[in-house]
Amino acid sequence: MGKAHVTTTLNGNAVEFLCETRQTLLEILRDELHLTGTKEGCGTGDCGACSVTVDGRLMCSCLFLGVEAQGKSIQTIEGMAEGDKLHPLQRKFLEHAALQCGICTPGVLIAARSLLERNPDPTEEEVRYWLAGNLCRCTGYNKIVEAVLDAATEMRG
Amino acid sequence: MSDMRYEAPRTLAAAVSLLAGAKGHARVLAGGTDLLIHMRAGRVEPELLVDIKGIPEMTSIVAEGGGFRFGAAVSSMELLEHEAFSKAWPGVTEAAGLIGSTQIKGRATVGGNLCNASPAADSVPALIAAGAVASIVGPDGRREARVEDIATGPGKTSLAKGEIVASFLLPPRPPRSGDAYLRFIPRTEMDIAVVGAGVNLTLDESGVCSEARVSLGAVAERALLVPDAAAALIGTRVDAEALERLGAAVSAACRPIDDKRGTKEYRIKVAGVMARRAAQIALDRAREKN
Repeated sequence: MGKAHVTTTLNGNAVEFLCETRQTLLEILRDELHLTGTKEGCGTGDCGACSVTVDGRLMCSCLFLGVEAQGKSIQTIEGMAEGDKLHPLQRKFLEHAALQCGICTPGVLIAARSLLERNPDPTEEEVRYWLAGNLCRCTGYNKIVEAVLDAATEMRG
Repeated sequence: MSDMRYEAPRTLAAAVSLLAGAKGHARVLAGGTDLLIHMRAGRVEPELLVDIKGIPEMTSIVAEGGGFRFGAAVSSMELLEHEAFSKAWPGVTEAAGLIGSTQIKGRATVGGNLCNASPAADSVPALIAAGAVASIVGPDGRREARVEDIATGPGKTSLAKGEIVASFLLPPRPPRSGDAYLRFIPRTEMDIAVVGAGVNLTLDESGVCSEARVSLGAVAERALLVPDAAAALIGTRVDAEALERLGAAVSAACRPIDDKRGTKEYRIKVAGVMARRAAQIALDRAREKN
């Protein structure tokens, strides 16, 4: 049986790919489309390193099949900065040193942006609950939460 | 590695015909938060995946008969975001809201939570307490079943080959009704229930409990409806004595296993405590809804 032909929108651009049923969106992004900003941590939806949005909804791309992407709009970390201009969240993560090894960072940024799109003025508790599915083994989370809150303040203007 | 076919039918009839006609192992794909993990681990090797998220009845939340019908493939996050639904059924909503992370809630569905048939599924006791009826479509047409009659044991359901849980109907809400779901886990987020307790009750005009349903998760091979616990509340003002009897009836109904999450004795005791607290919250919510 042949591969499925999938047409999707990725970071605003039309993209086509061929995939087997069992290939996850994460595998398609990294291995077929060579967008390696999205990381694989656990592969079982526990760590959030592979977070992307699909039609604006935050998900783990390891728990989403490539074939399900047909007709959807997907956002990955590669679409976050505008050219050389970093997204405020990215800039605040650098300023606050809210990362060490960096493996969790793309997923945390995608998840944080998804929070701020819904709730531009979250409390610290709301940030912590929203990001509960993004595991970080380096920072202890405080700097991540501070960076998100600081970015939210700046983005509210 | 064998070929695996993927189909995304637009109607229930087409989905049923695909599942019923499959030669090998066929699985429904909703949120995939259990199925894709089982596939990755090699525990299941389906020949066919039937993605049911393109079927309107399975993905919508609509008012029906004074109550709500919501599709089995509606995600937890969609339920949480539906204001009228979450106002009418805060207990069902908070149970769906306890399932996994933000990412998981964006994908995971109540139908999947039920059909995966984990005894610790969070949304199931809340739905049972709410008196939810599942609408099931299969090769012989449509039938209805109470949610408590669907899971039969860990990973096992009463569904026949080709049958799909299409949607859930929650009944109209009488005045002075409230529901609540509480789960015990040893941390604040992202864990599997050691005990879950759902309580749904209605008060009459004088504040006496006229109807109640109590359901428990993670204390038996499937979620339990506990009529004796409901009987402890009905006819009372849900006072301290009634709550004490509720707790005792709940503990008596538990038949848990020992595992790394908790011992039998611990689960039996905590189930009573959780049910009492859930009943108190349901009572407070009912009193707010005159």
